[in-house]
Amino acid sequence: MAENSKSQLTRYRTKMAWLFVLPTLLVLLVAAGWPLVRTVWFSFTDASLSALSEKDWIGFDNFMFLFQDEGWWQSVSNTLIFAVSSVFFETLFGLMIAVILHANFRGRPWVRTAVLVPWAIPTIVSAKMWRWMFNDVYGVVNAMLLKLGLIDQPLAWTADTNLSMLTVIIVDVWKTTPFMALLLLAGLQMLPQECFEAARVDGIHPLRVFYRVTLPLLKPTIVVAVIFRMLDALRVFDLFYILTSGSTDTMSMSVYARQQLFDFQSVGLGSAASTLLFVLIAFTTLLFLKLGRSKKTDL
Amino acid sequence: MLTKKAKFFLYSGALLVIIVSLFPFYWAIISSFKSGSELFRTNFWPETFSFGNYAAIFKEQPFGRNILNSILVATGTVLICLSLAVSAAYALGRVSFKGRSLLLMTILSVSMFPQVAVLSGMFEMIRALGLYNNHFGLILSYMVLTLPFTIWILTTFMKQLPKEVEEAAILDGASAWTICFKIFLPLLWPALVTTGLLAFIAAWNEFLFALTFTVESKARTVPVAIALMTGASEYELPWGNIMAASVVVTVPLIILVLIFQKRIVSGLTAGAVKG
Repeated sequence: MAENSKSQLTRYRTKMAWLFVLPTLLVLLVAAGWPLVRTVWFSFTDASLSALSEKDWIGFDNFMFLFQDEGWWQSVSNTLIFAVSSVFFETLFGLMIAVILHANFRGRPWVRTAVLVPWAIPTIVSAKMWRWMFNDVYGVVNAMLLKLGLIDQPLAWTADTNLSMLTVIIVDVWKTTPFMALLLLAGLQMLPQECFEAARVDGIHPLRVFYRVTLPLLKPTIVVAVIFRMLDALRVFDLFYILTSGSTDTMSMSVYARQQLFDFQSVGLGSAASTLLFVLIAFTTLLFLKLGRSKKTDL
Repeated sequence: MLTKKAKFFLYSGALLVIIVSLFPFYWAIISSFKSGSELFRTNFWPETFSFGNYAAIFKEQPFGRNILNSILVATGTVLICLSLAVSAAYALGRVSFKGRSLLLMTILSVSMFPQVAVLSGMFEMIRALGLYNNHFGLILSYMVLTLPFTIWILTTFMKQLPKEVEEAAILDGASAWTICFKIFLPLLWPALVTTGLLAFIAAWNEFLFALTFTVESKARTVPVAIALMTGASEYELPWGNIMAASVVVTVPLIILVLIFQKRIVSGLTAGAVKG
């Protein structure tokens, strides 16, 4: 009898669980699943924005075009350079800030509050703010660098295609280092304090403790944070859209795809570019998952 | 105790972090109060405080309307997102059933989608549903951005609620509905505030969908309005106006973040560190 009612309860709870998840699944299917399927479908057609329904299946032609298009490959390399270098510097600075915030000193709340400000500012607003600061004629950055004697003449931070990548990376590092720092701080706070106590009692140099104890213990958190940021950086759109001059030399993959879709009205080609970005990100995710799993079995 | 040298590094590092974090926003505020040719001089304090730029953004374009659009879209997103996520998080956090972890991974994988990958499909659908240039179109598309992380965070919070409460409720014959919404929901308030705020900020800041799915300046949300502010020519952007608009939309956000900073930090890190 008891057995029976227990299994009845399990069945009821399982049924209710599915019922409770159903609305969410439907919304995600409509808002994410279906549009994704359509995008992939469009990428095999010659659809144009003005006549979305009149389209013909053209196989891999769009992909062939992309593989031969210099602009596309430029956007791929821009995206990869951007993602790798900005995530690298974010991790480095994020780690430093996390260590500062982990220390016990007066004024720590002030630092934590200040760090949250760049995180809270909308990306578009921070891009505009920095674009104004990086203005070649009236910008405060050039004015300060000139005054300090670090440069002889004003630099065209956003117009010069060689410099604009650096500009985008600087702004992204400024904007997202706080997220990194807070994640790493949470990781630091969960580490067992005994190791540090022991090291301090033994009089080991703090830097040595950091490299030998803190970093290895913190590694799992760093890996998760890097994956999060990497997947985010690969789909970058806003910063490139606002901060660069819009020339083909300085586009991210997302900007390239959107330009094809809406400025050139070539939905087929734009969808093919979007699909490739999706594949790149999915592949990166799987790679990270695999790496994470094999690491775990090593331990 | 810290040595003198360590203390020096700590305080100078902390000071540097504060300056670098705050200076750009300080500069935006200062610029927004400068008028005329003063805007083009790089002095660190305006000679005269002028509200001209602030008046201009509301007079020269429908910026008030843009703010209202952003508030409506972000609030709608939060309400719909939370009402869906609470029940989903209950099922995923409290009931062990076959396929649960697969479901959770599927939902989480949506947050990995590059926005541009759903752009053309979403554009077609929004037009077909008659939601183009409309708040509901934006709210629907924002579900892709907000639902996955909301569910993820709420599920972690659901898992932490005491087991005894639920067991007692089951013995009393309470339905799953009662347990989720009458018993657990009141206990979840702090988590709801956190995730609601994060979803609000995500919707308030979103740019790509808002740029693509609206066309009239009256229908635009704030980020799009700021991004598309133009002056007399392409090379003469109205920087004073842009900075004033930036300050207007950022100050409420910063105040919210400062009030709720502990909750936001715990929300941001809950998903990542425990997962």
